Amino acid sequence: MDVRAVRRTGLQPVSFSLAAGEGLAVSGPSGCGKSLMLRAIADLDPNQGEVCLDGALRSAMAAPAWRRLVGYVPAEPGWWADTVGQHFSDWPAAAELAARLGLPLDAGDWPMTRPSSGERLRLALVRALMNRPRVLLLDEPTAALDAASVTRVEDLIAENLRAGLAVVWVSHDPAQVTRVARRRLRWDGEGFREEAGA
Amino acid sequence: MSGYIALSAGDLALASVLVLCNAALSLRWQLGLERKLLVAAARMVLQLSLMGWVLVKLFAWVSPWATLLAALTMVGFAGHEAASRQQRPMSGGWSYGLGTLSMFLAAALVTIFALTGALRPDPWYDPRYAIPLLGMILGNTMTGIGLGLNGLTTGLVNRRAAIEARLMLGHDRRSALAPVTREALVSAMMPIINTMSASGVVALPGMMTGQILGGVPPAQAVKYQILILFLIGGGTGLGALAAVMGGVYRLTDDRHRLRLDRLLSRS
Repeated sequence: MDVRAVRRTGLQPVSFSLAAGEGLAVSGPSGCGKSLMLRAIADLDPNQGEVCLDGALRSAMAAPAWRRLVGYVPAEPGWWADTVGQHFSDWPAAAELAARLGLPLDAGDWPMTRPSSGERLRLALVRALMNRPRVLLLDEPTAALDAASVTRVEDLIAENLRAGLAVVWVSHDPAQVTRVARRRLRWDGEGFREEAGA
Repeated sequence: MSGYIALSAGDLALASVLVLCNAALSLRWQLGLERKLLVAAARMVLQLSLMGWVLVKLFAWVSPWATLLAALTMVGFAGHEAASRQQRPMSGGWSYGLGTLSMFLAAALVTIFALTGALRPDPWYDPRYAIPLLGMILGNTMTGIGLGLNGLTTGLVNRRAAIEARLMLGHDRRSALAPVTREALVSAMMPIINTMSASGVVALPGMMTGQILGGVPPAQAVKYQILILFLIGGGTGLGALAAVMGGVYRLTDDRHRLRLDRLLSRS
């Protein structure tokens, strides 16, 4: 994925390119535009600049098709139906992935009032992965999780990275940044700059 | 037989004592409504008197252009009323524009349908029929359109996360907004459905009452009332559909984004 000078109000121009199977960690203080950057790449807010994926321009593609290729999991994912399972087109298939993240197989029947915020984050991750995206934009996907669940999420993402998924991972945790990605994008006070590989 | 009892200014003054009682009540219980109440009552007297005067002129002229001008003025005011009832209006006058346009479309369609179909006065634009008919339809379509637009904008604001979650997963704007759109249309249609189910049992609608007081045989007054309720139902549905659909398109864009930045921020 090639991101070329993507910008909007509240977001300085960002450029980077990401190969299949590559992970990019994004860090910076609150309010520097990390979430705005992910939203802009997913084309959820009006933005300037161009993004292309495998040579195909985002602007030449219908927005829903783009968002199936470039999945975005926000820090506070939304839910529109009454039960967990209704948010998945194929819950039995999704349940296997959810089980790997420590969720019970019958979670599909849960009313949406039941899952905790940590469980919701993991369910949202499964929901996004079920679309089989080429790129995944993750906004603090382990913020509300206990240590065991953090490891499970990191392992699942690492496995998808090896299978060719590209991941942009916003994280506050410096240790996690070094674990999940070889490349890092850091806020230097004026804009996002790529740091030399660790 | 004159057919009706003529009212004098004194009769009206007597009835207005009731509103003054309400104002006194508001003062006593500190409801803070007395000013609003009196202003609204004064507005009603002024506007209706003005309308009476305009109707006398229009009935005398029977001119299509004067009738059209009166009708457009009424639509304009109705659009203003519908827009002023919005908790989260759209920026750039879109609430007013969308409300007025859909009201114009619905009311014009339904009024012309009634004038050329059921009533057939000669000429068809005879203001004695056209203006009261339009007024009845507008009054109710205005409520429906106001409720529909308000349901849409508040629904979109309240359920932003749920809607954007669907957009993120690659759903298109139509399906992502469908639940809120449906609820907005339902809230627009509920008043007329309630009115229809209660009329005759609980409420004798104002128009029918007016005709009976004016000496029209009840059987005829009932038929007129049924005709009017059908027209109001049709006008409300069409108008609300046009306004809500217009709102859905204005509050999203061709990249299937939710554009709540096109709402005025709450001051």
